[in-house]
Order: sequence, then structure tokens, then C-alpha cells
Amino acid sequence: MELVTSFLAAAIVAGTPLLFATLGEIITERAGNLNLGVEGMMLMGAVIGFQMGLVTGSPIMALLAAMLAGALGASIFAVLTISLRANQVVSGLALTIFGTGFSGFVGKELVGQVAPDSIKMFFKPFSLPGLGNIPFLGKVFFNQDLFVYLGYLTAVILGIYLYKTRKGLNLRAVGENPGAADAASININLYKYVHVLLGGALCGLGGAYLSLVYVPAWQENITAGRGWIAVALVIFATWNPYKALFGSYLFGGLDIIGFRIQGTDIQVSQYFIDMLPYLVTIIVLVMVSLRKSKRNAPPRGLGVPYFREER
Amino acid sequence: MNNVKYISMVNITKTFGKVIANKNINLSVNKGEIHALLGENGAGKSTLMNMLSGIYIPDSGSIFIEGEEVKFSSPKDSIQAGIGMIHQHFKLVEVLTAQENIILGQKTGFFLNKKAIREKIEEVQRKFQLEVDLDKKVYEMSVGEKQNLEILKVLFRGAKILILDEPTAVLTPQETAKLFIIMRKMKEEGCAVIFISHKMNEVMEISDKITVLRKGETVKTVDKEKTNPQELTELMVGYPVDLSIKRLEKQGRKAVLRVRNLRVENEEGIEVLKGLNFDLRAGEILSIAGIAGSGQKELCEAIAGLYPVKSGEILFKGENLVGKNPKEIIAKGVSMSFIPEDRLGMGLVAAMDIVDNILLKQYQKQKGFLVNRKPATSKAKEIIKKLDIQTPGIYHPIRDLSGGNIQKVLLGRELDTNPELLITAYPVRGLDINTCHKIYDLLNEEKAKGVAILYIAEDLDSLIGLSDRIMVLSNGEITGIVEARKATKEQIGLMMLGEKINETEGAYVV
Amino acid sequence: MLYKFVKRSEITQRKSIEIRTVAILLALLVSALFILILDLNPLEVYLAMIKGAFGSSYRIKQTIINTIPLVITSLGIAIAFKMKFWNIGAEGQIMMGAFAASFFALRFPELPPFLLLPLMMVAGIIGGGLWAVIPAFFKAQWETNETIVTLMMNYIALKWVTYLQYGPWRDQKALGFPKIPNFSENAILPNVFGVHIGWIFALVLIVLTYIFMNHSKLGFEIAVLGESDNTARYAGINIKKTIVIALLISGGLSGLTGVIQASAVSNTLNVEISGGIGYTAIITTWLGSLSAPLILLVSILFAALIQGGSFIQTAFGIPEAAALILEGMILFFVLGSEFFVKYKLVKNVVYQPVAGKEEV
Repeated sequence: MELVTSFLAAAIVAGTPLLFATLGEIITERAGNLNLGVEGMMLMGAVIGFQMGLVTGSPIMALLAAMLAGALGASIFAVLTISLRANQVVSGLALTIFGTGFSGFVGKELVGQVAPDSIKMFFKPFSLPGLGNIPFLGKVFFNQDLFVYLGYLTAVILGIYLYKTRKGLNLRAVGENPGAADAASININLYKYVHVLLGGALCGLGGAYLSLVYVPAWQENITAGRGWIAVALVIFATWNPYKALFGSYLFGGLDIIGFRIQGTDIQVSQYFIDMLPYLVTIIVLVMVSLRKSKRNAPPRGLGVPYFREER
Repeated sequence: MNNVKYISMVNITKTFGKVIANKNINLSVNKGEIHALLGENGAGKSTLMNMLSGIYIPDSGSIFIEGEEVKFSSPKDSIQAGIGMIHQHFKLVEVLTAQENIILGQKTGFFLNKKAIREKIEEVQRKFQLEVDLDKKVYEMSVGEKQNLEILKVLFRGAKILILDEPTAVLTPQETAKLFIIMRKMKEEGCAVIFISHKMNEVMEISDKITVLRKGETVKTVDKEKTNPQELTELMVGYPVDLSIKRLEKQGRKAVLRVRNLRVENEEGIEVLKGLNFDLRAGEILSIAGIAGSGQKELCEAIAGLYPVKSGEILFKGENLVGKNPKEIIAKGVSMSFIPEDRLGMGLVAAMDIVDNILLKQYQKQKGFLVNRKPATSKAKEIIKKLDIQTPGIYHPIRDLSGGNIQKVLLGRELDTNPELLITAYPVRGLDINTCHKIYDLLNEEKAKGVAILYIAEDLDSLIGLSDRIMVLSNGEITGIVEARKATKEQIGLMMLGEKINETEGAYVV
Repeated sequence: MLYKFVKRSEITQRKSIEIRTVAILLALLVSALFILILDLNPLEVYLAMIKGAFGSSYRIKQTIINTIPLVITSLGIAIAFKMKFWNIGAEGQIMMGAFAASFFALRFPELPPFLLLPLMMVAGIIGGGLWAVIPAFFKAQWETNETIVTLMMNYIALKWVTYLQYGPWRDQKALGFPKIPNFSENAILPNVFGVHIGWIFALVLIVLTYIFMNHSKLGFEIAVLGESDNTARYAGINIKKTIVIALLISGGLSGLTGVIQASAVSNTLNVEISGGIGYTAIITTWLGSLSAPLILLVSILFAALIQGGSFIQTAFGIPEAAALILEGMILFFVLGSEFFVKYKLVKNVVYQPVAGKEEV
């Protein structure tokens, strides 16, 4: 039992960077933009957040810097795909290439450095008063660090935003049918820009969690494909922030399972276990594509640039 | 003049690239008036209305509402001025409910306050007698319901000026009648209604005044009382035309296509064709009428081998086509073309030129690994000449051509394959009168050659005028097959809504 | 608003090349700012890059050797992209092609070259091809998102080769150093005029791909399918079959790249065998507008960029990642420039709305 709770608690920690990136991509795609640059934006957030953390020692400054870096990456994508109507797939790929280069470039001097103690202390797990004492669930969910709690909160806020507010309704309309939204006098480009940038900021946070809390040191290519898994998780979660929670933690579990198995008697090569998250992503995608329905379909305007005077 | 016009558009000009869509157009509409905007395709009706609703910005000219000049730079400005436009393609978000679509873009509070708004919507519904189920998702609605929702949406936003862009194109006669009741109600409430159409009889029935546009210019504004369809058509086309559709005598030979107990299921396992039985003879035009989505598309695709058949037989010259792949079926002399709503999606490749689009139906017959573009090139030149297709050249992407010319390319290509069975769905969708008649002539030519033609269209007048028999589909079932010469629109309209008739004249011979 | 964008009705080839060239120059200009931040002279750095890529016959050869895999992989990607199948799995396909070839190279080192080399090439093409067929099958059957599946398969291929390198194929004689044994002489592609024979393959494949894409039935079907599924269906094209075959060819070409890299460049299989070629080739494919001849041109440019990039790393101590930034930057600008190929800015003289709101 002890083993199970500690495994689940660790899965949540490992799933947290995925959660932020997935949530970021969800609101980006809800605005009708498919940004495949998640990996790049995470890396930008990870390196700038880490750098800022080292310089200032302030966790708040570090997080703000990471968000800004992610949003900056997203802004390139936004200008290209929203204003200049460039191909979204290729623009996203370009952003990933750029972000990888950027983090490698900036992070060259940081390799091997460890996050400052002030930040490690700030993100130390603590028990939430009341909730932390619930048997089993308390151990799994409510004895975590501040960042993890922030993840719960972000998912819930985004869920309420999407499904319960006017702006959220407008956003869904922008992603589904920009023509209809435009006719309803919604400012399409404003909505797209705001949400693509916000999505980038969340991806940046996901990256920062890796470099500041999860590892917590700088290493080249620290994301190791997590950005891409997040893109897949968006489909898995059917563009729903609440389901993103579940998906992210599930994949967080897959991420650490190899580590946990090493201690046991099971004889499987480490490299095969390392394949698991990627393999499961494929399986999940295939399974999602098997059960197609109108409810779980992607936003219908996804990937299509919108230009009012087109004819 | 003490009577200030409610809306007036003065000297409006709008160009797209090199195309002049509107040139010095003038239009004025009063309160409580239903004003028809009549013109062929490409006459500039939609462009003009899109400027009134703030979607396009005029290059020059002025718009006045109640005597005051307005400048719209977005739909928002136009909505604020009390203008509501019902587009031909509905501006509705499919996955949202009716109510969500109505409150979309409204600025009242941060949270969706569903209950409070509901009463206001229901009040508007009562006032204009609009039946809409507010909790229904749009993708579950029929076309008529969607249209009602669109109207409710703009009325709820306080529109006093309503623009309806070809609203009846997709409706059954019964639904059209209901729409006209709503339009009259709006008129009573003092709204101004602008009604875009190219259906003469509807214009004559509902409107008070009629403005005719031709090639981007205003021809004339007339009172309904002082004009007649013949005059309007001449104004619209520019010269006298014969409105009647020629019907050739049926050749009456043996059945080319025999469909027996055809059942088809869609991806969700719902039966969309429920045991169809009919015959189609050589030299005959059999039309299919029905509300959009009654199974027309599935029937076409099933015959062409594009849709899996659950059970039943499709006999083409005695041979069962079920289980054959599309390539084999095309090779046997079956041609199927389907003009979808966007006109391009099926059958043609927008980004390719005419040559490659013609090649699309030729290359599979060629031998070897490579394609030969020579025959397609000469065929392209031939078709352009024969069908009078307006294009900058045979190597120009067809997406830049007008809708009518695109459809001519498609039909020209299909006829060129010398089919024995020609299935053509919506070939005149959105075309002007002249081009329509050109296409009817082409079909008649094929009929004279002894080709069996399955013709699917929306416009009941042309259906009745052109075909020998009319088969009505409703919800995947045949509600009856009638002789076109004896058919009436009302009768067909009822059958489209599901009313079965007993006599199925010559439906099929066992 | 005084100006507005309108769609160009047509554009001359020259004009569109001009626009793209300006875009690349702008990218270099912006990247120069980056270099300035590093307290270096951008002009010097760029000159050094050119020198690093073309400065001596050795460097020219190196640039050619870098060009070969980019060209062949890009051709493969172009075929998939033409179908709007976003195959970003070239990296893994290269890896699996190299793996399949290495299997024969290590298993039958004594076979004469005229037997072993064709065997390796066929194995590599099939290996890469099959790796691409897996996502193609899912796409054809259930419309599974190919972008992510192809990418996930890159990681799986990487882990697989890592496993081999650290596990069963590990060279016992390498004194604990985790590497796979070198190929025998028989398994190494010969040189022609001082550069391995891959350059001849690349040139021949450019011609073949050009013919395939523009004049073959299958190429035509791929193009139709890329534009519209429905049109392809209505024309009687077997969509599933076309997707699978196209990806077999696409992945096959990447697989061939893997064979060339393993055999002629590193003389063995290792985890760095593809070294990001699969990703860079996506850029070269796109910049080359999916056209075989243009791909050659762009590939040379990018090979020079990579070669020059590693030169400035040693000369100026600029991190290698700078080349990636430059690549990304060029791609951004060219992507953005497409807009100006499609639309032009015209003066809006007559009508000036008072609201002054942005139109676009």
C-alpha cells in the first residue's frame, strides 16, 4: 500500500509538466490554432525560468520569466499563423526547432548547474490543511508541492472558463466556426492571439517545472519529447481541461514506471521501459481515432487560417 | 421628400483584385417593406449585402441609416445599427446549442447566465412566432430549424433590418411557406426585410419592391404591382429569354439500372437507405427530390461503389455492382458527379488546372507507369470551346474560375467519358439562369443519345420541367415515384416531408 | 486604413523567388542581432561560416557529404507532404533503415560487396519504409493523427538503437566503450571522385522523384489525394492503398539515407546516425516547395549552414545550437513571406472609415 501511494504521488509530480503543456495546447487549439511548437516553448520556458531562478533566486520571478519566454515563442507562431496565415503544422515545427536551438544556446553555460536552494525550498511538498489527512487520497493528491497545486487550480479554472463563462463560449465558437463567431461580432484575431499566447505561457510553465522542481538542474533537451506527448494528450483529453488532469497523471506514471521497476525482480531492459510513454501515446491515439463521435471531435476550425475578405 | 428612407446605399463600389463586384450601386428600403434583390449569380447581390452587414468594406460610396451616414468596419458596427443578416451558409456553431448560439458574442456579465436570458429569448420567439428548441444542438437540427434559429438570433440582437440571402434555396415548399409567414410578421412589426433570390415566383409572392442587379450594377427598382416575371427576367439577364425547360420524349427502352432492396448504413450503424427499389431506363431522366440529407448522397455513392452496401442489389445492365470497387464501376460506363455546397470538394481539384482535372478521369485507362497529358490537353481546349468556359487558360488553377465555369468543367469532363449511366447531383447549384439552361440542354443531349440519367437537384421547378419521373426520398425511404408531367410542387413537397402516396406509377418492373 | 491586402491574381516565378530571397536575407539580419548580443561581429561570423563550408576542397567535400542525406530525406518527405501527410518521422525512419542495413553488414561481413551492398540497401529501404507504413496504416484505416505517431516512432527507434548499442550489439572488444562494431570493408559504400557514391544516388533520385511526382500515375494520385480526399474517392483512387504506398516510398528514401550514413559516413550503427537530419530535412523540403530541383538548392544551403555552424563553433566558441536558431529563423521568415507571395499591399485611396479599426 505504501508503495502504491508513493508511486501515485510521484506519478502526479511527473505528470505536472505534461499537465501545464497539455492545458496550454488545449486553449491554443480551442482558438483554432494547432501549435506543434509545444516542445520548443517548453524548452524556452525551462531555460529562461532556470536562468532567472539562478540569477534572482526568486521562484516568482523564475515562473514569470518562464511564462514570458513561452509566450514569446508562441507570439512568433501567432504572428505567422494568425496575421500571415502561414501553414500551422510547419510553423509549429519551426518553433520547435527554434526553441530547441534557443535552449541549447542559452543553456550552454548552465549544463550541470543546480536550481538554487531558495527555489527548492519554495517548492517543497507540504500537506494541505484538512485535505492532506484524508486517508490514501490525501497522501496521493494533497502532500505535494505548490506547483502541483497550481496545476490542479489551472485545470479547474480553465474548465470553468471554457464551459461556464461568456468568453469561454466565444472562444469555443472561434475555434469551431470563426465565420460564425465573426458574424456574432467577436474579435477573432484578438481571441486567437490572446489564447495562443496564454497557451505558450502555460507551456513555458511546464518547462520550468522540469528545470526548477522536477530535475532540478539544467540538462540539454530537458523535455525529452514531453511537448509532443502533450500534443497527443490534448486529443486524448478531447480538448477538455478536466480530462487533461487524468491523462497527464497517467502519462506521468508511465514516465516513472521504469525507475520503479528497477528496484523489483522484474527483468525488463531499461530501454524498453523508456519506450513505454511513446508507445502508449500511439496506442492511445489509435484508440481515440477508433471511437469517433461529434462530441469528441476536434474544433472544426482547427488548422484553418481565417481571413474575412477571402473569396 | 419628408419620408426619409430607412436604409439607403449610394454609389457603392467594391472590387476584389481585378474583379469589379459592385459598381455604383444604389439601393433604398423603407420601414415595413419587403424588398427583393434580384440578380443572376455574380450580379453582386451578396457582395452588396456583405457590405451592409459590415463583412466587406466598400471601396467607395456611402451607406445611410435613417438619413444618417454610417461607416461599418466590422459586423459589430452593423449589428449595432440594427442590421441582421441571414447568410446562405448559416453562421452557426454546430456543436453548441441553439441558446448558446444566440448569446454568442453578447456582452452581458462574465458568467453564462442561462436562465435570465432564456426568458428574453422566449419573448422574442412569441412575438415573431418562431419555433426553436433552445436546448437542441445545431448539428441535430434540420435546415428549416437552423434557419429559424438564425432569424431568432438576429432578432434577439435587436435587428430592425433583416437581410435574407437566398433563404429558400434549401427549403421545401412547406418550409418556404412558413418562412414567408415569419417574414410578413416582421414586416408588420415595422422591420425592413431585404430578400435575395433568383426565384421569380417567390419574389413575386412576397416582396413589395424589387431591385434588379446585373453584372455588378443596378438595373432598376420596380414596384411588384407594376411588373411581371417576364420583365424581371429580361432586366436580370439583359435580353429576352425563354424560361421554359425543354423536355425530350422519353426513349422508353429497357432498364439500365435496377435497384432492389438497397439498404445502407452510415458509420454509426444507422440505416440511411431503407430498402430502395427503382428502375432507370435508357434515355430517361429520373430525378430525385428530397430534403437535404434524405439519402441522396448515400444513394449516389452506393451506386458508384463509394459507400458500403449492407444488403440489396444494384444491377447495371443486369450485372450486380455491389462489391465492385469505384475504378471497376467507372470502367463499366457509370459516371457520377456530385456538386457539394462548396462546389469544389468532390470531383475536382481546386488547386489543379483544367488539364489535370480532365486527366483525373483519363489516366486510369492509360497504359504504363507514367501519365500522358496530351489527350487531356486537347480535350481541355475542346471542352472550353464547346461549353464556352471563361478561363485565363488551360493551365490556370480552376479555383480562380467562377462557380458556373467550374461546374461546366466538371460536367464536360463527365460527359466526355461517354457514360451509359450518368448520375449528376446538384449540377446547377447556384448557377444563373443562362448557365442552368445550358446544363439542361447538355443533359437532354445525353438523354437523346440514350444515356440513363439520375438527376438530383433542389429546385423543384426545374426538376418537374426537366425529368420524366420524379422519385421522392424522405429519411432514406422512397415515398413515391411520380410522372413529372402530372406532378405538382405541393404534392412533391408533402412527399418530401414523408407522406407516402399509393400509386407508384411505373416504379419498377419485377 | 490607408492600405489593405488583396489576393494576387497571379505572380511571376521571379517575383516569388525575389520575395523568398528577401525573407532569407531578413532572417540573416535578425540573426545578426543575436550575434551582436554575443559581442561578435556578425559579418565576420557569416564570412567564417561561408569559409567553413566552402573554404577548402576538404570543406567542400564535407558540405557535399552533409548535402546528400538532406536531399534524399527531403525527397522522401516531399512525397508525403504532397499528400498532406505530415510525416515528421524521417529521423526514426533513417534510424530503422540504418538498423536493417547494419543487421546484414554485421551478420554477413564476408559477403562480397556487390552482393552485400545491394542487400543492405534493399534492407534499409524496406526497414525505413515499413517504419513509415505503420503510421500510414493507422492514418488510412482510422485517420489517426500521423504527425504525432510519426514523431513518437522517432523516439521508439532511438530507444531501440540505444538498446542495441548498449545491449546485444555492443562491441565486446571496445573496452567498455558502448559502441557497435565497425562494418567490414565489404559493407562500406565506395568513393567516386573523392566523395562517397551517395552523391550519385542523390542526383539520380532527384530526377526520378521529379518524374515520379509530375508524370507518374501514382504521383498524380498522391497530388490529388493531398488536395481533396473526396475528389480522390470520386475519381476511383484507392485512398488507403495510395497512402500506404506513398509512405513506403517516403520512408524508404529515409531508410536509404540511413544506409548511406551508416555505411559511408560512420561505418557503423550508432544513436547519432541521423543526427537531426530528419528534422532539418522537414525545413529543406518546405523551403524547396516540395519540388525536387529546389530541394537540391536548399539542401546545399542548409548543409553549408550546418558545416559553417560547426566551424564557427570552434572558431568563435559559439554553441552549435546557434545553427538551429538560424535554421528556425530562416524558416520563420520564409513561412511569413508566403503571405506576401499570396497577397499584396495596395493603397486604399478612396474610402477611409472613421472608426480607424484594423481590418485584418
